[in-house]
Amino acid sequence: MPSCPSERAVANLNRALATLLDEDEDVYVLGEDIVDPYGGAFKATRGLSDAYRERVLSTPISEGALAGVAGGLALRGRKPVIEVMFSDFVTLCFDQILNFASKSVTMYGSRIPMRMVVRCPSGGNRGYGPTHSQSLQKHFLGIPNLAVFELSPFHDNTTVFRRMLELGHPCMFFEDKVLYTRRMFGGEEGDSLFESGFVDAEENFAWAGLGGPEVDHLVIAPGGLSDRVLRAMRAAFIDEEATTRLVVPSQLYPLDIEPLVPLLTATGQVWIAEDCVAGGTWGADLAHQIHSRLWTSLSGPVRLLHPECKVIPASSHLERQLLLQADDIRDVLTGVAGV
Amino acid sequence: MADLTELSDADLDALLSIRHFERQILELFDRGEISGTTHTCLGQEYIPVALSPFLGPDDLVLSNHRGHGHYLARFDDAAGLLAEIMGRRGAVCGGRGGSQHIHRPGFLSSGVQGQLMPVAVGAALDMKATGSAGMAVVFIGDGTWGEGVVYEALNLAQLWQVPLLIVVENNGIAQSTPFEAHLAGSIEGRAEGFGCRHIKVTSLDVNVIRRLLAAPVAQVRAECRPLVVEFETHRIGPHSKGDDSRDEAAKQAAAAHDWYRLYQATFPEQFQRLDAVRHRHMADTVAEVSGRPLIGVHDA
Repeated sequence: MPSCPSERAVANLNRALATLLDEDEDVYVLGEDIVDPYGGAFKATRGLSDAYRERVLSTPISEGALAGVAGGLALRGRKPVIEVMFSDFVTLCFDQILNFASKSVTMYGSRIPMRMVVRCPSGGNRGYGPTHSQSLQKHFLGIPNLAVFELSPFHDNTTVFRRMLELGHPCMFFEDKVLYTRRMFGGEEGDSLFESGFVDAEENFAWAGLGGPEVDHLVIAPGGLSDRVLRAMRAAFIDEEATTRLVVPSQLYPLDIEPLVPLLTATGQVWIAEDCVAGGTWGADLAHQIHSRLWTSLSGPVRLLHPECKVIPASSHLERQLLLQADDIRDVLTGVAGV
Repeated sequence: MADLTELSDADLDALLSIRHFERQILELFDRGEISGTTHTCLGQEYIPVALSPFLGPDDLVLSNHRGHGHYLARFDDAAGLLAEIMGRRGAVCGGRGGSQHIHRPGFLSSGVQGQLMPVAVGAALDMKATGSAGMAVVFIGDGTWGEGVVYEALNLAQLWQVPLLIVVENNGIAQSTPFEAHLAGSIEGRAEGFGCRHIKVTSLDVNVIRRLLAAPVAQVRAECRPLVVEFETHRIGPHSKGDDSRDEAAKQAAAAHDWYRLYQATFPEQFQRLDAVRHRHMADTVAEVSGRPLIGVHDA
């Protein structure tokens, strides 16, 4: 069933997990407090344990063991999907992800498929404070046999999860906690202003644009930022007639930019926006790739938008100031803010 | 110490095979013919050999940095393991894993302390769920009990009642740190804290150990009851190579528990007969594997 535009992202995700459990007996869902009636801290797993009791398991507060158990299941050919309640706690899973699950795919000479997904509710703008608001995607880049995906309002999660579980190696799946509450693309007020589609046949790169094929700005952003970027694009168009195209990849890393080449060269300024704080970021790596491939045909260097390298404050007004907001993005698109 | 009982030729040969493999490894390091790191199990060979008849084809052994004996007791493949360590053709894992990272069906080792404890729980959970006849057997040391994930995994194993056998090779020393300086309380107390059965084994005698453990290990499999078996054992060699900082008295005390010398003294005729042959065979294996080409970067 294709995604229904009025469905909220968390409901789409929940439906994807239910579909996977239904269609594939090798799929397990594990995590802390995920069984009903609680159904997970963000309710992404609501209803699953009632329907699939044997394969939907709550664990103790033991993130290291949670990731390790998933590794053991994957080693035996199962397909575990684990939920790390707040992605900030995935640091407690890091040994299992880096040194066991991903390494085991090729460390032993012949390829061992390790099909597992580590779900990571992440991001700020909810006032949860320094250890419950981070976006840690950058810490999972450049790890052999590990791919990083992100929840997006443009990508149906059933398709995305099937894809991740077919790769034969572990995948991280980051899920912006504010995005959970938003509707899939087409369902929010104002979405109808945009043209949209997919850039590539694999439908990894979704796009949405305002103002025709030749645009002033191209913004590449993970799914968690798409709502803020779309609002900025609308405002920049209404205020200053600035035209912008947004590109949202489902798989963030590794990323083959070849399908984006025509768009990258047909734009005034390329921006990469993300919620990870500055330093060693996904955007920096992607910008380097774009520069290496297209240096002579770009109209200027790719520019990065991200929070300063600071601890995320708990107080809402301070948090808002640090993290990227729609207004910040609008200001750079209209040339108000210097970067 | 009770006298050792007589072993079958096959069991004695399995013990000697591991002993001579480990000695050859240290000699190869001394001669500079292999590099990197290794951890030999000199003095502890009898543990995997004693357990080997309890293991079936559906079982998964999860081993650690000191895992040569675990592998050789399960598979008669000294050449494949040696080639792996030497990076030469015919290596078990294409030279990618080396001494500490070995995999083939039914066996997997890794070099991070405690890491495979929850992996073993996951594998055992699947064995239980799929009605497999298998169990997971994870080997850890006394030093491994310093890792937090061990307790997370032990809690889950007992909570979920999965077929998991935890074999603790308590050799009284974690690299260079004696047991008394790294572990408060006892391993038994820790297992009990999780309501998990614990059996302590002090014997070096393969026959005695098998009689003691046959029934409880069968229960792990049949009743999905986790079990901690703690072997009080002795590492008579270095932690790695040439890094034994114990004083002479401590080394002598460990050597006094060496099954190799004790068995030699008790059954000299059988010992001489098999030991000489195994020594020669292992030297031949080393010569043969050393002559193989190195694995190419693009070899599978």
